[in-house]
Amino acid sequence: MIHRFLPLLVTSAVLVVGFLLCAAQFPAFASLRVVGNLLTDNAFLGITAVGMTFVILSGGIDLSVGAVIGFTTVLLAVLIEQGGWHPFSAFAVALAVAGGFGAAMGAVIHVFQMPPFIVTLAGMFVARGLGFVLSTDSIPINHPLYAEMGDMALRFDGGGKLTLPALLMLGVVAAAVVCAHWTRFGANLYALGGNRQSAELMGVPVGRTTVAVYALSGLLAGLAGIVFSLYTGAGYSLAATGVELDTITAVVIGGTQLTGGYGYVIGTFIGVLIQGLIQTYITFDGSLSSWWTKIAIGVLLFVFILLQKGLLAVWTGRGGAPAEA
Amino acid sequence: MTRSVSSGPSRTLPQYGALAAVLLANWLLFPDFFSIRLQDGRLFGSLIDVLNRGAPVALLAIGMTMVIATRGVDLSVGAVMAISGAVAATLTQAGWGLTPVLAASLGAGLLCGLWNGLLVAVLRIQPIIATLILMVAGRGIAQLVTEGQIVTFTSPDLAFIGSGSFLTVPMPVVITAVLLGVTALLVRMTALGLMIEAVGVNRLSSAGAGVNTPVVLIAVYVWCGLCAAVAGLVVAADIRGADANNAGLWLELDAILAVVVGGTSLLGGRFGLLLSVVGALILQAMNTGILLSGFKPEFNLIVKAGVLMIVLLLQSPTLTLFLPRPARPRPVQPPAPSRAKPESPSPSAGA
Repeated sequence: MIHRFLPLLVTSAVLVVGFLLCAAQFPAFASLRVVGNLLTDNAFLGITAVGMTFVILSGGIDLSVGAVIGFTTVLLAVLIEQGGWHPFSAFAVALAVAGGFGAAMGAVIHVFQMPPFIVTLAGMFVARGLGFVLSTDSIPINHPLYAEMGDMALRFDGGGKLTLPALLMLGVVAAAVVCAHWTRFGANLYALGGNRQSAELMGVPVGRTTVAVYALSGLLAGLAGIVFSLYTGAGYSLAATGVELDTITAVVIGGTQLTGGYGYVIGTFIGVLIQGLIQTYITFDGSLSSWWTKIAIGVLLFVFILLQKGLLAVWTGRGGAPAEA
Repeated sequence: MTRSVSSGPSRTLPQYGALAAVLLANWLLFPDFFSIRLQDGRLFGSLIDVLNRGAPVALLAIGMTMVIATRGVDLSVGAVMAISGAVAATLTQAGWGLTPVLAASLGAGLLCGLWNGLLVAVLRIQPIIATLILMVAGRGIAQLVTEGQIVTFTSPDLAFIGSGSFLTVPMPVVITAVLLGVTALLVRMTALGLMIEAVGVNRLSSAGAGVNTPVVLIAVYVWCGLCAAVAGLVVAADIRGADANNAGLWLELDAILAVVVGGTSLLGGRFGLLLSVVGALILQAMNTGILLSGFKPEFNLIVKAGVLMIVLLLQSPTLTLFLPRPARPRPVQPPAPSRAKPESPSPSAGA
């Protein structure tokens, strides 16, 4: 039983030990302000990573999320600034477009039996391209409601605060945990990722689940786009490049098997926080260059994959179980 | 292809047809498209430009084709390009001669490939994930080499690789042709090509049949790293500098796209090296056409996605059920074993 939660425990331990090490070196680190900023700065990443976790649990992958975030920010900026829309109606349209986009990719993946990797790669090109067509410039969003929402926060003593993006992320993570472990959709997801054929024979609606999971990933990427535009106060078609890789990295560090069927949403959340922690540490240190973030995350990724491989070998009782190459 | 086993005209026609169609469209939009002139001992013209600009992606596609033929993928080639360019520029600036610079930068590419190969072949990590590590960390390593600067150099020897010409043909084109020739000789004149395809179709069976699968896999990833290093050298030599942040950025996706457009299946097996290079040229010709026709370059990505979807739809198992099949059917995928990737279409999964 302990085996089942071991990756999650290791990930949590890395976060706690990492945080304690940072706090030991910089006493100011262990403050609510730093923790609040950690949550705010990584809110869009966390929301996207939840969608990615679902897709990976189902045995797929979604490379389009970063592009969908970028597209959403531009769409919002164009609708609000040039179209004179109210932000809330723009949000609704953006979420519908992003969700519909994901559903379309899911449908193509299911109906035409194409690898998710390449379909979502095409989706990435389409979303980035549409963003470019809307505008290649960075458009500032000056609607008063944006400033108001940017200021909204639960404040604590000592300068700590939970901003709207951070609260949104926490809400999404909580809802996703419930959805993954206590709903039929979640059960279908794990079954599909574990073994597609068995799932089909057991009567899991494979097509509906596939479409739904990519729609959900698109929807959450759209929500992340809204959060990103709140965070930066602008819409830019090149925003959030490479976020798809950051989210996949967070999912892997969080202990989810990339072959699908095994993993926890909460692990992904911790994976996002670990990445944020490394970045915050490098900011605090000041003398370390930014590229150490990439190298550190690469090393972490490697260590966690090795850990997964080792565990898998122990579970299956065969030395180096040949997971389908 | 020189001697490819199964590339009958029915299989290669779509790619050459597409290239011809794109070139024709360019010619209609821009009547001077095919005009080539000789100036200062080097050929100039839009067609030469397509070949020259398409060279880096074509170089990547050569290595990527064989990786994909083993049912893998190498996401790190863009980062490897950045590393090899960074090594070349930094060492040249430090006063090294051309030969040691080339050796060091190609060596860096080989090492990167070896790392990927070991992860995939020995540790048996899924290729997407194994190469994701170097994709993330590699750009950091390249920045470490250049110390975050854009390193420029003035050495005419190294710059010759990017902007010089050999017998009036631009060097990037010559290099691509030579690498394509060498690779084709290696895989088609020996049993290596067959082994690569065998590993891609079924790794366990080919191991059972006596193929040394780890060695084949490592060799393929090492070669892919070498191709990426050459591409990185060409790009760095062309701009006479190395930008660790942007060199080769997203080119891994273009290279995969070129291979897919060239007709090599992402599910492994049969591959066509020349067709992948043709795929890279189709992409570049479209790119040039969009620029020449005065469309906004913003449309480039959407057009690319459209082409990708059409090619994929033509390869899709569902759609091909409704199309008349040529005489030789594709090998049917075996039923997915447990923990198989869900994308492997199983014959019974007709939903």
